[in-house]
Amino acid sequence: MLAKLLSASVLIGILASGVRLATPYLYAAIGETFGQRSGVLNLGVEGQMLLGAFFAFYVTLVTGSLWLGLLAAAVVGALMGLAMAFVTVNLQAEQGISGIGFYLFGLGLSDLLFQKLVGTVKTIQGFPPIHIPVLSDLPVLGPVLFQHNLLVYVAYALVPLAWFVLNKTTIGLKIRSVGENPQAADSLGISVAAVRYYTIIQGGVLSGIAGAALSIGLLNVFQQNMTSGMGFIAVALVYFGAWRPLGVLGGSLLFSMVNALQLWMQVVGVPIPPDLAVMMPYVLTILVLMVTVSKVRAPSALAKPFEREG
Amino acid sequence: MRSRWGALFDLALPLIATLLALLVGAVMLLFLKANPLKAYWALVVGAFGSTNAIAETLVKATPLLLVGLGICIAFQGNVINIGGEGQMIVGAILGTWVGLHFHHWPGWLMITFALTMGFVGGAIWGGIAGALKAYFGVNEILSTVMMNAIAVQLMNYLLRGPMIDPAQAAHASKIPQTARLEMAYRLPRLVPTRLHLGALIALILAFLVYLFLWRTVWGYRIRAVGKNPHAARYGGIPVKKYVVLALLLSGAFAGLAGVIQVYGVNYRMITDGSATGFTGGAGFNGIVAALFGHLHPIGTIPASILFGALLVGANKMQRVAQVPSALITALNGLVVVFVVSSEIWRIRRQRRRLAAQTEKEETTEEETTDYTD
Amino acid sequence: MRKKLYVFVAVLLVAAFVLAACGKSTPAPAAKTEAPKKPFRIAVVLPSSINDLAFSQSMYDALVAVQKQMGGKDAMQFVYSDGMYKVDDAAAAIRDYASQGYDLIIAHGSQYGSSLQEIAPDFPNTSFAWGTTVDTFGMPNVFAYEAASEQGGYVNGVMAAKLSKSGVLGVIGPIETGDASRYVQGFIAGAKATNPNIKVNVTWTGSFSDVSAAAEAANTHISAGADVLTGTAQMVVGAIGVAKEKNVLWFGTQADQSSLAPNIVVANQVYHWEVVLTKMIDMIQHGKLGGQSFTINLKNGGEVIEYNPKFNLPPDVKKAAEDAIKGIEDGSIKIELKK
Repeated sequence: MLAKLLSASVLIGILASGVRLATPYLYAAIGETFGQRSGVLNLGVEGQMLLGAFFAFYVTLVTGSLWLGLLAAAVVGALMGLAMAFVTVNLQAEQGISGIGFYLFGLGLSDLLFQKLVGTVKTIQGFPPIHIPVLSDLPVLGPVLFQHNLLVYVAYALVPLAWFVLNKTTIGLKIRSVGENPQAADSLGISVAAVRYYTIIQGGVLSGIAGAALSIGLLNVFQQNMTSGMGFIAVALVYFGAWRPLGVLGGSLLFSMVNALQLWMQVVGVPIPPDLAVMMPYVLTILVLMVTVSKVRAPSALAKPFEREG
Repeated sequence: MRSRWGALFDLALPLIATLLALLVGAVMLLFLKANPLKAYWALVVGAFGSTNAIAETLVKATPLLLVGLGICIAFQGNVINIGGEGQMIVGAILGTWVGLHFHHWPGWLMITFALTMGFVGGAIWGGIAGALKAYFGVNEILSTVMMNAIAVQLMNYLLRGPMIDPAQAAHASKIPQTARLEMAYRLPRLVPTRLHLGALIALILAFLVYLFLWRTVWGYRIRAVGKNPHAARYGGIPVKKYVVLALLLSGAFAGLAGVIQVYGVNYRMITDGSATGFTGGAGFNGIVAALFGHLHPIGTIPASILFGALLVGANKMQRVAQVPSALITALNGLVVVFVVSSEIWRIRRQRRRLAAQTEKEETTEEETTDYTD
Repeated sequence: MRKKLYVFVAVLLVAAFVLAACGKSTPAPAAKTEAPKKPFRIAVVLPSSINDLAFSQSMYDALVAVQKQMGGKDAMQFVYSDGMYKVDDAAAAIRDYASQGYDLIIAHGSQYGSSLQEIAPDFPNTSFAWGTTVDTFGMPNVFAYEAASEQGGYVNGVMAAKLSKSGVLGVIGPIETGDASRYVQGFIAGAKATNPNIKVNVTWTGSFSDVSAAAEAANTHISAGADVLTGTAQMVVGAIGVAKEKNVLWFGTQADQSSLAPNIVVANQVYHWEVVLTKMIDMIQHGKLGGQSFTINLKNGGEVIEYNPKFNLPPDVKKAAEDAIKGIEDGSIKIELKK
């Protein structure tokens, strides 16, 4: 049984599906990373993903254009982000709770619109897999890395980009200083509100695209509550990655690979109750984090509203 | 006199915010071609229109209050517990197991024992998250999210296998549920409705939690650690232990909420494969209720009743107006967002008052509010 | 001051409690006068959306069909509460519908049984139905209904084994229990009876709603060599999306899923609950409110194998399927279920 699990084809299968499964987590968690680095905890990712998934699906269904669908997901994500920013920045609302509110709103509204505008479950032709010439023919690496759809590649390209923006640009510096010490940033003439508006809206856009990556990338359907908890996992992965894009990448891959592994264990018939197999990625994520104790501190101003003195 | 009106304003603020959210909801109702006035009237009647309606509201409010009490403790200790769903499940599993395992005990004894086991079960699940945070540096948001998922699968495994109702095990359609609790083991009903003793227990516990947090050393230390861990450490408080304690107690109350759902409402555990199927979402909604109650145990009482009323009434509205239940979920979210946003006016007023007080240096009849920061 | 106010409110609430406890409550007797001209009124509580292309939709469609059969809204009316996955809310809905005097209240989810057991005795003049199960709790006003889903599963399995070129089939289930477990057992039995060497890989996602888990399970099966897939519960739409993209065959159950992917869906076991609903309605109209359990199966027409007309099914495969149906109907094929 175990030998079967260790065969080359199974290992390649696990890696390839891990790479694919990590996609929505990457988009959402990188968006959340920017928000948290600027001091905003957004627990509403799941709701943003669901609305993004719905609008991407619906617009694609109506117009036939995947690009318009993707755009719609980004726009609706931005709008949700805008609302979240207004509530948490201007009204200084408790971030965790308002996030739960936005989650419920997105969960309900996406389902409601789906029932009223689409009516029944339908499939669409989503982004097709792109086999990158030459590279996709490589043994092992080809099927693992170079036979995915466009949105998968873009997700991975986002990791170095996010690292660069956060660590090597002025906007990154502003984001980090607003998250660490908003008072000091403010006294240096940085607009805390503007920076947080930017990161929350960007987070919304990426969460919307994360939803699109599901509905018009990997699954080609929409159904109520189709994310079923992925948005919350994405938030958890930001903590796993200690607010760094590379760490988020590691967490997303680990979680997804273990998920792929447990599916394969069931397929090859490892005698383990399926419920316990499904538990594995959750347990392992905690265990891995336990043994690789991270000394990285959370952004000091995380989840704290900012108001100018006087 | 003025401050009394101010206090009333504070209490009315969530109501005003709720009304505004419902106003937005009215637009959605019109979009669904339903009459908003009729629909909202159904909501009110559904929540308060009869003895049965009020009882249902209180039944719904009970787990919200219990989870909310745990959330109050967690927030005072400055930890975020979003693991209420999982803690409810584990508490329920442990409490149900003893009820099914031991037979012919006097009812009061088993109920006491089972509720204690539920408390312990939730405490274990919350305590793990606390220990992970204090001793292994694992953030509690991550661990509680993951442990919710783990608890669901644990429940599914146990209810399909080791804990399945023997009658179901014999049927072809093995429904994943435990056997029913003996009649004697059920929480007594307070009125001939579904209202059970658990509601009263939750109410009493709210006062006890208040005393715990503000009248005991442990409570004081949890709050001190929550306010400023560095200062607390210099003050000689073992910070890590109190971080664990905050999450442990927070989980314990959620666990109690779970076991009370079994002993007071369902009389057995059933799974539909998800957490919300069993918890009714109380693990999440309890957080909201606690915040509506300004994270104060006593404030959480009216807050959870209001929130319970909204949930019960909205379901009635769904039935009367025949709108999809998805609308109710969206509306629920809107109310949360509006209420949490309205807080700013309360906080501003409070700051103004504090500022005025320090200027005048005359703090005669006003007590400063010691339960908000 | 504010604290005092809270205490005041709290005291008021305790007082309200006590008052409520002392107050006389009305157990709401179901005042139901059966005038012959009145339409038959049904309320149904469903765990997922009415358009899930699976369990809930099968019941909703059946009610629409029964309404048509009986002659429209003047003869039969029904109301529904969908998305009632919270057991507690479902219980409140069932009780509320009962107190409104509906003739028949359907609790369409095995998780609702416990609630029904509590509620039904309070409304002795109202008829309740619970699915999917055989358990009526011995109550005179509770019907039970279930689907012998293993029968259609068997027929699907026979066709799948015939159509597979790779000799590997993939099954995607939610949680190994109830209707899903029976379907999967039937599918495996049918496949093995047709080709003893065939491999049937089974994965359980641990959820009824996790669409992306179902999709990834489908991907895994395909990587493991499966060229025919099947699955049950509302989450399988994710798997169908993947099957369509990868061009592997799909067998559906509960509702007709052909419209999702006309090129690859071969056939579906479709539930026609109207077969048991009409029986129940007839019994209620003749004064028998429950105490009986019904099963839909291939023989009584409650389960129908709907072939996708757009899929070009080889005649020998169709014949094998028809033979299996006949065999199950006349009892020559017996499907053993796990104890």
